[in-house]
Amino acid sequence: MTTLKLNGRDVSFDVDPETPLLWVIRDQLGLTGTKFGCGIGMCGACTVHLNGRAVRSCILPAAAADGAAITTIEGLDPNGQHPLQQAWIETQAPQCGYCQSGQIMQAATLLQDFPQPTDKDIDSVMNGNLCRCMAYRRIRAAIKLAATRMGEEAGHE
Amino acid sequence: MSKLRQHADDASTFAMSRRGFLIGAAGAGLMLAFARNGLAATDPDKTIAEGAYEPNLWCRIAPDETITVNIIRAEMGQHVGTALARILADELEADWDHVRIEHVDSDPKWGTMVTGGSWSVWQSFTPLSQAGAAARTALIAEGARLLGVAASACTARASVVSAGAKSISYADIVRRGKLSRSYSADELKAMPVKPPDQRRLVGHDTQAIDIPDKTDGKALYGIDASVEGMVHARPVIPPTRNGSNVVSVDDSAAKQVMGYLGHLVLDDPSGTVPGWVMVFADSFDAANRAVERVKVEWTNDDTVGISEKDILDHGAELIADASTGAMVFNDEGVDAAFASADSTLEQTYTTASVLHFALEPINALAFEKDGIWEIHTGNQWQTLILPVLAKALGVDESKIVMRTYRLGGGFGRRLNGDYAVPAALAAKALGKPVKMVCTRADDVHFDSIRSPSIQRVRMAFDKEGKVTAMQHDAAAGWPTQVMVPSFMPKGLNDQPYDPFSISGADSWYTVGAQRVRAISNDMANRAFRPGWLRSVGPGWTNWASECFFDEAAHKLGVDPVAFRLRLLDATGRNAGSAPNAVGGASRQAAVVRRLAEKTSWGKLALAADTGVGFATTFGQERGMPTWIACVAQVHVDRSTGMVRLQKLTLVVDAGTIVHPDGALAQIEGGALWGASMALHEGTTFLNGQVKDSNLDTYTPMRMADVPEIDIEFLPSTETAVGLGEPATTVVGPAIGNAIFAAVGARLRHIPIRPADVLAALKSSAKA
Repeated sequence: MTTLKLNGRDVSFDVDPETPLLWVIRDQLGLTGTKFGCGIGMCGACTVHLNGRAVRSCILPAAAADGAAITTIEGLDPNGQHPLQQAWIETQAPQCGYCQSGQIMQAATLLQDFPQPTDKDIDSVMNGNLCRCMAYRRIRAAIKLAATRMGEEAGHE
Repeated sequence: MSKLRQHADDASTFAMSRRGFLIGAAGAGLMLAFARNGLAATDPDKTIAEGAYEPNLWCRIAPDETITVNIIRAEMGQHVGTALARILADELEADWDHVRIEHVDSDPKWGTMVTGGSWSVWQSFTPLSQAGAAARTALIAEGARLLGVAASACTARASVVSAGAKSISYADIVRRGKLSRSYSADELKAMPVKPPDQRRLVGHDTQAIDIPDKTDGKALYGIDASVEGMVHARPVIPPTRNGSNVVSVDDSAAKQVMGYLGHLVLDDPSGTVPGWVMVFADSFDAANRAVERVKVEWTNDDTVGISEKDILDHGAELIADASTGAMVFNDEGVDAAFASADSTLEQTYTTASVLHFALEPINALAFEKDGIWEIHTGNQWQTLILPVLAKALGVDESKIVMRTYRLGGGFGRRLNGDYAVPAALAAKALGKPVKMVCTRADDVHFDSIRSPSIQRVRMAFDKEGKVTAMQHDAAAGWPTQVMVPSFMPKGLNDQPYDPFSISGADSWYTVGAQRVRAISNDMANRAFRPGWLRSVGPGWTNWASECFFDEAAHKLGVDPVAFRLRLLDATGRNAGSAPNAVGGASRQAAVVRRLAEKTSWGKLALAADTGVGFATTFGQERGMPTWIACVAQVHVDRSTGMVRLQKLTLVVDAGTIVHPDGALAQIEGGALWGASMALHEGTTFLNGQVKDSNLDTYTPMRMADVPEIDIEFLPSTETAVGLGEPATTVVGPAIGNAIFAAVGARLRHIPIRPADVLAALKSSAKA
């Protein structure tokens, strides 16, 4: 039995320890916002947070998440209003949208590590997230917009 | 391409010729719908109550003021529902905040359901505008009656009819009024639409309706579909697309996998998935792992020995044989002009196999419920695959419905809905719902790839350097021949051809006597199932022709932009015609001039080994031209052969722009697709399959590769044309020409690899 905290809620499940966390999240726990893209950790569509760090859930055995706190796109903000999500809408970043859960989850840890990221920071951290529609320009703009907003907010505190 | 136009019109659900328009009561609301032939004169309320309308426009105004527009096009990133609803809502004078869209499931009543060819807005603009105008006129008339004023004293804005201080909302008209109107086809056609300067939604920006759900995980794609009691499945894909037959299956090792349920060799009356074995389990993960443990033996035909070079060599032989192919243009005097030319230029260009690689792997959920087969999957051409599904299942098409989902990328892959067939076959055989998900490698191995292509381009010049003749021969696998041969028009020599695989070669340049020959590569057609991939033929024809124009200009010692402008003289068949190509080549010349001005063409001082290249195309097809030009700036590392794409500048004339920010997004994405296919992507066909199957070796453009981009739309009120594909067609040759400008290396194959650049540098040093 594997137990973890999913978006703040305790869940436990019984699967083959080799089963990737992705399929537990999608098929057993019913949260489909996290996507399957390549299955080898190279497209980033399956990105979730494990104890606050971005991981590729398609290659992370569920057993390795035992006891961890997992956050998916559904849990990033209770109302879907994380500054990144707002910026994603404001810049009209998504095209087909399939990669965007992973992009946003990756960007969320990018902004933790680099609150005011340079283009180079964005290149290095976001390069692992493929956008097949090639909406990269707007993803970059959205990250910068969210960084600015979050910086302003932090400044007011 | 008259047949293509006809097909495009047929594909339009708004082929308006003899259809009237109905406005009438539907439940508590009001419905707007096109009438079936001859019904327009009957009682609209009765017709609507009986469901005897042709609801390919089906817009409903509810008493709570919401206006719902049904969308029959697939949402795959182009925000198509927003654009289509804006067109209708503008003429309707609707309050945009009240407008909702609904992406509908398949139903014969919608007419042809296809989303491709960059056609959606182009096909729908006029009929949606006229329908909106007709509805507005009716609402004003009824509003005036309820207000006790003359209709001529009323105006409509934001879902409200007003006359002086009096006003009534559309919702109140629906609630209180008796609105029942019909318009004959002729009345509808004569319905005046607003002059462009009075548009309040079209041409003005808005947020796309589909986007919020794509930021919080709520958007549902085919892969997210589920139903109680479904069995999970993953296929074992045979070694070749055609000609593989299962000899034996050994699943003894798979039995170790917890949750493994068994396997099935698919028996497919439709012939779509020969040699397929489906593996079942109680979860996708178990099915996935079981597949790795199932051993299948196949017999194969000769396609298992075919590789990319064989296909291209075969294409070269076909081109060398003057008797092959269909003549798309074949002006008098081509051969004579070459025979008497002062000089000629001839080059051969090739393009490699390209994968769609939509990020959502192909998948489908299929089951029978109450005698109806439900197919849950994302799809771009329901009308194409429904008859195939009917054949596979042995039921009438009327017994199948395709449920609509968002597409995690289309790019033409999902025009070919073949992936729905194995799920349906398995569900029928098992008598249970089956959800098939392909892994990335499965998806790639079953892809309908962009065929490798080979092309020969020749030009004849007189002694003043004037172009006297041009011939363009293109050989590739033809998706339309393989999947929908009835769509093939006949060439001037009566031979059928795939219009989508030669588009682009039939250019708007005036080049003297012109011959364009489209050649089907039968070896490619057998070795794999060629696919329509974002722009199809223009993705390779323009690679050849626009690189060639650059080479020709250099041969003549003329500036490449000046050379093009000289040939874009808008004479003869290039003068253009209404409604789709008003101005003809003069509009292509206009985007060329504007781009040259914008980029200070010929005046820029650039760093060493840095160069700019120019290319221009008419986008998707001659009958619906999107005029576009691109300047690419690259830096080439002479020691490694690495090309760094620094900047793309594009100028576009796509006529009327409905949703400006959406249009910009399409050009951005298309341009980067073009760059990705020129520099980053491309696979090779090897022994009956593509060589690359995942991102470890297949390398589309990533964030760090993205160049600076500057896109400008020329203002226009001409016919709205396509946006999804045009930019993919123009960037590749601009990059190729930029590399030549930077270091003198001429590349004639995409993708351009560093080794190719080094080889070209070496040969240019020798020359």
